[in-house]
Amino acid sequence: MIDQALGWLDERLGVSKSGKKFLDKIFPDHWSFMLGEIALYSFVVLVLTGVFLTLYYVPSTKEVIYHGRYLPLVGKRMSEAYASTLHISFGVRVGLLMRQTHHWAADVFVAAIAVHMIRVFFTGAYRKPRELNWIIGVTLLMLAIVNGFIGYSLPDDLISGTGIRIAFSITESIPLVGSYLAFFLFGGNYPGTAIIPRFFILHVLILPAIIAVLIGAHMGLLIRHKHTQFPGPGRSEDNVVGSPLWPNFAAKTTGFQLIVFGVLFALGGLIQINPIWQFGPYLPYKVSYAVQPDWYMGWLDGALRIMPSWEFAGFGHTIPFEVFLPGVVLPLVTTLFFFAWPFIEERFTGDHAPHHLLDRPRDRPLRTSFGAAVLAFYVVLFGASSTDVIANFFHITLNTVLWSFRFLVVIVPIVVGVITNRICHELAGTAQPREARPRRMPNVIVRSDEGGYETYPVSPYPEDEAIELEPEPVPVNVDQDATA
Amino acid sequence: MTEESMSYNVGESAGASTESLLNDSGEVDEAAPSGPSALDPRLAPIAKNPERVEKVIVGLFVLGLLGFAAFGALYWHGGRQPQLEGVFIGVGLMSLGFGLSSWGKYLMPRGPFVEERHPLASEPQAQEEFKEALVGRGKYVLKRRGFLAGLMGLAATVFAIVAAFPFIRSLGPVPGDILDKTSWKRGSRLVTADGRPVKVDTLQVGGILTVFPEGHAGSAIAQTVLIRAADVSITTKPGRESWAPEGYIAYSKVCTHAGCPVGLYQEQTQQLLCPCHQSLFNVLDGAQPVFGPAPRPLPQLPLMIDSEGFLRAQRGYEVPIGPGFWSRS
Repeated sequence: MIDQALGWLDERLGVSKSGKKFLDKIFPDHWSFMLGEIALYSFVVLVLTGVFLTLYYVPSTKEVIYHGRYLPLVGKRMSEAYASTLHISFGVRVGLLMRQTHHWAADVFVAAIAVHMIRVFFTGAYRKPRELNWIIGVTLLMLAIVNGFIGYSLPDDLISGTGIRIAFSITESIPLVGSYLAFFLFGGNYPGTAIIPRFFILHVLILPAIIAVLIGAHMGLLIRHKHTQFPGPGRSEDNVVGSPLWPNFAAKTTGFQLIVFGVLFALGGLIQINPIWQFGPYLPYKVSYAVQPDWYMGWLDGALRIMPSWEFAGFGHTIPFEVFLPGVVLPLVTTLFFFAWPFIEERFTGDHAPHHLLDRPRDRPLRTSFGAAVLAFYVVLFGASSTDVIANFFHITLNTVLWSFRFLVVIVPIVVGVITNRICHELAGTAQPREARPRRMPNVIVRSDEGGYETYPVSPYPEDEAIELEPEPVPVNVDQDATA
Repeated sequence: MTEESMSYNVGESAGASTESLLNDSGEVDEAAPSGPSALDPRLAPIAKNPERVEKVIVGLFVLGLLGFAAFGALYWHGGRQPQLEGVFIGVGLMSLGFGLSSWGKYLMPRGPFVEERHPLASEPQAQEEFKEALVGRGKYVLKRRGFLAGLMGLAATVFAIVAAFPFIRSLGPVPGDILDKTSWKRGSRLVTADGRPVKVDTLQVGGILTVFPEGHAGSAIAQTVLIRAADVSITTKPGRESWAPEGYIAYSKVCTHAGCPVGLYQEQTQQLLCPCHQSLFNVLDGAQPVFGPAPRPLPQLPLMIDSEGFLRAQRGYEVPIGPGFWSRS
């Protein structure tokens, strides 16, 4: 049966040779390689729950009067988009579970990409020959943020509507073409009726399609380049050591996929997220207090808040730098800078050799401290998106908080960079890479009858020794009994 | 089984330590039908006691099964209980996942296994051939036919420009002077969001209301915040002596920073706060920003009170409302 099927396929597609090679593909066993998998599997959850949501969501700003199950809003005027989101939450069976899981999955998706990218950065995994995959990854991060924001806007509730208004203002702030772009995007002046259906098609078709294609390219390049790996016994620039795709990695990663699914559904069921019925429908003249976007927009929101009011007006024109710099230039420069980073580093170090062995962060103090400083910059901006909450919580004036952040955004990255550099240098002197270091052995301390102490290392456990075995190619059959 | 795996099993590297290991894993494998047989320690599972791991995995898979069954039963009964739904399906998926991962981690060959990495770059000759084929054939195509290529390029460029129109220009109208104007006109009556006109006795001192020009209730652009700061006329700036009769002051509610509604009024300090990015405006000083990222004061709407006591706009806003844009002069 299986012979026939494989034979049939092989005669038509010639799969046997490449198929065998694919089954033997080696995946390094390191926990940090799971971060990208979390992103991938969150995306799968996003697609699955998203398809469910599209069956009920109505992308329309047409005004309707609500007659659904959520009694406090019965009889209120609202857009069809908002009413249908209420229907998903209260009228459709497992609708709320699906909606909240979708939202959680989006937050986890962006977070996993960000942490995965941090891992790739600090271990130097983006170096030649993987610069292109790094660029694809940065693009994916930015697209994930944009699509997250757009999806967050679709329910047309009071908070997300305010976010759309800010998006209009940011677009409008671009010199020369801003108001044209804003009018084209919104089909006229704010708010209009076009933005919800347009955001919908962007959110469910165009951006997910681009993201899916880029994920495909990301993984295609991963197969082409093979995995990076940390230095270790038997590992070199010319090989990859770890578990084969079939059966080890297939079992582990499928199991891990199910775990990610399970965690996201449990979050979606147990932990309320974006309770739009509490915010009410969007009315352009209403606003709620302590308005904050999803976490991945925090750095932009924070930048908008702490930017000084530097508007340029003259020669019959206005350039609202207080919006243009944090809202347009910051994300643009961030993206371009991340794109360019592998090439900047290559220029800086003069190192044009391909690299497949990862760096330990401490061994590259300059890169590590610079990366930590950049990260600190965005973390401070993220913190600045809570200026009002911080002021209320600590009973200090908003003015104090604002000015603190204006200084912190410069000081913290410098301090973090200097301290990281220091730590890297301290660590560099002590521990050697695993390659050069014998495996850590347990010590036994013996106290003699006279009261003296003696310490000596004992032999490692047998399984520890097994890990030190020379790696070998995967045999065709891995069954010990069959090979005996 | 095959020659390849047989020959592979005669490992050269393991040596004496493999020998000593064999006894260990041999003991572990006692239950296996064909007896102690492992020749290659890489094929032994990590688990020292596979049977115990199997039992744990059985437990996890059963738990997963129960989770899914409970979810199905809950759905069948039609209960809208997102918490239970999430717990059941979450526990089901996680149990299955932990079971399967454990299977892969503890019961499958421990390795380490290796694959070779081959240089990505091609041989110089292949690179040269590729370049020659690409560029050389291109030159052959263009030989003495540069004019054709130019013409085709021109046509393609025109197509790209023309095709861009439906995708960009059709999306919306050009702004023109739309951003400079609101629907406030000379004599517009002030109405509330539900369309009721505002009279001179509508607000107490310290009261605040969102108002619109009559006929445009709810307008996102014309929205205006009406504050009664006193019961006598107020001058917020020189030249605005008649703008705030009976203490009624009206400012555009659209923040000059990013366009949020400036909705929070602090009566004691006579300040308006934008809740989005915390710009603060001084109500008695022509809504001059005192703090935060807003660059300009909120435009003030000159008010009057007609003979019947209705509040009306003397005229529309003198400057464009809301955030800055390029053609704002």
